[in-house]
Amino acid sequence: MSRAEDTVIIDSGGANLASLLYALERQGASARLARSPEALAGASRAILPGVGAAGDAMSRLTTSGLDEALRRYDRPLLGICLGMQLLFERSAEGDTACLGILPGRVTPLLPAPGRPVPHMGWNTLQPVRPDPLLSGLGADDWVYFVHGYHVAAADADTALLATTDYGVAVAAAVRRGNFMGVQFHPERSGAAGARLLKNFLAMS
Amino acid sequence: MLARRIIPCLDVRDGQVVKGVRFRDHRVVGDILELATRYRDEGADELVFYDITASPEGRSVDRGWVERVARVLDIPFCVAGGIRSVADAEAVLAAGAEKVSVNSPALENPSLIDALARRFGSQCVVVGIDSQTTADGWRVHRYTGDPTRSGEAGRNTLDWLREAQSRGAGEIVLNCMASDGVRQGYDLEQLRCAREGCHVPLVASGGAGSAQHFIDVFRDAGVDAALAASVFHSGALAIPDLKALLIAAGVVVRP
Repeated sequence: MSRAEDTVIIDSGGANLASLLYALERQGASARLARSPEALAGASRAILPGVGAAGDAMSRLTTSGLDEALRRYDRPLLGICLGMQLLFERSAEGDTACLGILPGRVTPLLPAPGRPVPHMGWNTLQPVRPDPLLSGLGADDWVYFVHGYHVAAADADTALLATTDYGVAVAAAVRRGNFMGVQFHPERSGAAGARLLKNFLAMS
Repeated sequence: MLARRIIPCLDVRDGQVVKGVRFRDHRVVGDILELATRYRDEGADELVFYDITASPEGRSVDRGWVERVARVLDIPFCVAGGIRSVADAEAVLAAGAEKVSVNSPALENPSLIDALARRFGSQCVVVGIDSQTTADGWRVHRYTGDPTRSGEAGRNTLDWLREAQSRGAGEIVLNCMASDGVRQGYDLEQLRCAREGCHVPLVASGGAGSAQHFIDVFRDAGVDAALAASVFHSGALAIPDLKALLIAAGVVVRP
């Protein structure tokens, strides 16, 4: 089997991998699920989705040995939502040690008048620095967020590619080297999300 | 800045979109994929599919349509109706839905909300509340889709709203029954009170008949999203026109 166009989706136990698979299909890309380090090895690129709690997802990755395989992974990797958060050092959600690939911590969003939590719905991106991942995306593009925890823009430090405004500046897209993450859901973000997936699929 | 959401609600029976009068005399109004993509293209921010397929006791409903919808939609959607267990929810989420909405089964067994939130995360768990205005205040009703079973659930609406959140609901849809289907506007007073007691996103339901009703509910009740059915299905209000009017009124929406 040719590996050149091989995209894997890391299965960390979330119930809804289907929406991501279908979004890749709409880009003409097929993907397979990886539940072990062996399944990840050789893939051209990998996506780490994640819905649910940080502790559950990390314990599944650790049990399967995927945590180490991801730290060593040297091809393009895209974390989505919780998957982006797992790239950082530690999450306040269940006080969970995460992958530690990117420096910084995941903290709760605090509800305030006019700002319920989770942060749920369509919000705009404010690009911080240009990157091929965000090619064609600008401040007029709306993407779909659903999350109760976040990486504060300041904590994402030099990895920060774009922020979104929810009373606080939230890290919306990050990247260091081959490790990328988006807090929003490109698979449910209409044309803007499709553009981001297309950008990622062009990387190898 | 986070946009206020416009959410058309489609009633589904046996995989077809239907329309009925007071929960009876349902007739097929269209193909589910055709209507879902039409609303997506018109700028709906999210869709709710309310599955009203009658389920024989203890048997699950065929929801093959969820997967077909998930393949074509690139916006979020929620499935409501007939979700009674973690297994029911798992099947719908695994097929590609973003969220599940529970109503009467959560009233029968409130710990269902806790179980769903633990398994899938609060962001997947919507609690729908049917609330009737009575001499005793706002009261929760259950099984409102079934004339033989519908009635008072023995709970105060604002109390249940608080309990649902403390059990892990990530969003509340408050359907104000007194205004539902009348197209005279959302119940702003009730929604304002609900907003005060709600630290998760709140979706207004029941009463939309014109663009002004949406402007009012966002401005005066501070809800995060507004759900409507007949005003969209009848063609009385097109979503692009609605959004243009909302923007002109200073409401932040996704254009």
